[in-house]
Amino acid sequence: MSALLELRGVSKRFGGLAAVSDVSFDVAEGSIVGLIGPNGAGKTTTFNLITGNHRADEGTIAFAGKRIGGLRTHRIVSLGIARTFQNIRLFQQLTALENVLAGRHCRTRAGLLGALFRPPGAAREEEAAVERAAEELAFLGLRGREMELARNLSYGDQRRLEIARALATDPKLVVLDEPAGGMNERETDELVGVVGKIRDRGITVLLIEHDMSLVMRVCERIVVLEHGAKIAEGTPGEVRADPTVIEAYLGTEEA
Amino acid sequence: MTARLAIAYGAGAAFVAVSPLFLDAYWVDVLNNVGLYVLLALSLNVILGDAGMFNMGQAAFYAVGAYTSAILATRLGVPILWTLPASAIVAALFAALVARPVIHLRGDYLLIVTIGLGEIVRILLVNDPWGLTGGANGIFGIARPELFGLRIRRPHEFLYLIWGFVAVTVFLFHRLERSRFGRALAYLREDPVAAEGSGVNTARYRLLAFALGAAWAGMAGTLYAAKMTIISPESFSFWESVLVFLMVILGGSGSIPGVIVGAALVVVLPEVFRGFASARMLVFGFLMMVMMVVRPQGLLPIRAPRFRAPGPAKPAGEGGP
Repeated sequence: MSALLELRGVSKRFGGLAAVSDVSFDVAEGSIVGLIGPNGAGKTTTFNLITGNHRADEGTIAFAGKRIGGLRTHRIVSLGIARTFQNIRLFQQLTALENVLAGRHCRTRAGLLGALFRPPGAAREEEAAVERAAEELAFLGLRGREMELARNLSYGDQRRLEIARALATDPKLVVLDEPAGGMNERETDELVGVVGKIRDRGITVLLIEHDMSLVMRVCERIVVLEHGAKIAEGTPGEVRADPTVIEAYLGTEEA
Repeated sequence: MTARLAIAYGAGAAFVAVSPLFLDAYWVDVLNNVGLYVLLALSLNVILGDAGMFNMGQAAFYAVGAYTSAILATRLGVPILWTLPASAIVAALFAALVARPVIHLRGDYLLIVTIGLGEIVRILLVNDPWGLTGGANGIFGIARPELFGLRIRRPHEFLYLIWGFVAVTVFLFHRLERSRFGRALAYLREDPVAAEGSGVNTARYRLLAFALGAAWAGMAGTLYAAKMTIISPESFSFWESVLVFLMVILGGSGSIPGVIVGAALVVVLPEVFRGFASARMLVFGFLMMVMMVVRPQGLLPIRAPRFRAPGPAKPAGEGGP
């Protein structure tokens, strides 16, 4: 098993606060990995370091053997890491289809002249992009919602739309930040299926989640953060039995 | 483009085309000014409406284009319409150069910087750098434009030149907004972080939007110089930038027909209220306030959706105005 994503001794400070300190872990190609931890443990910061929204103070991040620390986010996306956001960030005034087309942007080429003079190549590219975007919407169960404005979709559908947008970038790795946040039980169940289907397409999944049942059901490996540091790593069974994890989540057991 | 919009454009074009038959030279000239401001407002709309960047210094790019053409025409004797590409390129390069360091600024911060930019350009022109701009007097004696051997001098002749350019602009900008490029600007406007996170190079598109908007303002400057034959710094004051900003916001930020209507109202209303003499700007200002309270999204806001799903209803080819 080769590691698709490698974090080695990654640290990030915000002023005096060490949001992430000396975190190392690997994400194997084709796996589903969960990143868990209490609120403020540094999970989202870790994601932001991977996707280039923040720059690590120390340590290295390598993706498919290439160091990606310091690259701008759009470059990292075109290398093959796509993400969703914890607090949904859709283009609210645009349609579902247009939102997913954003993901096709880095895989298409037409520029300003292509826009103004619309040569046949640009038109074909556009058609293919629209078709692909519609496929991704269908993959997430949003067929028939293409023309709806993102803001008019239900919460669960908005989460799914964000995943469709991420998948449209042809990622090797998708990074999902609390994909089940705000979803009801039925929607969460569907999401478990979706994550599996994403992996079946050969896409590696790294996700942050608070919903423990979801994490335990879908993830093959789990990394546990607390106070910005990694406190445990392993299979769901190992993590569940780990006393430090139990302590972090439930507090110390008093006699 | 919807059928209704195509009909509206056709009606507008027909009205402008036959207007010299029933409008006197004064009102034809007002219509010419409307055309120039439509071009300026559409150029700002790329930056402000499409990409969502607050720019209140559009007059700077207008000035750069006008002076580029005027200098080339008076010093080198280049026919003024031939200078259109030059003024577009100079204005775009100028925009790329000055915008680069400030382009990451958000909202009101960028607004302040662009106001400063507009003033710097105006004061620079007054100071007559290298004896090129003629200082406060400006540049005069710009030769009248010629098109297909036809000398353009009277208002109704300019009408066809200016509005012809408007028609081409409207056609191209409608294509732009339905393209990969136009969408990138829309993503940028809606949420820059999500745009970058979806793989859009936001810094590049901010710069391109500025350069494109500046290029079009520069070409509007060329037409202005050709029409006036005299240009001076006072034609490119802060007030011009404010007016153009107002046209975009009033008409409906990001909406091409909206911006055209906005420009037409901002130019024509003060003319209509000329009877109120010194109170006309007061009336005008009051109308603006009512407008902002009653309809803050603009007269003709953007209408989604712009794209159709693949399937039976394929997007049809669109006709120009």
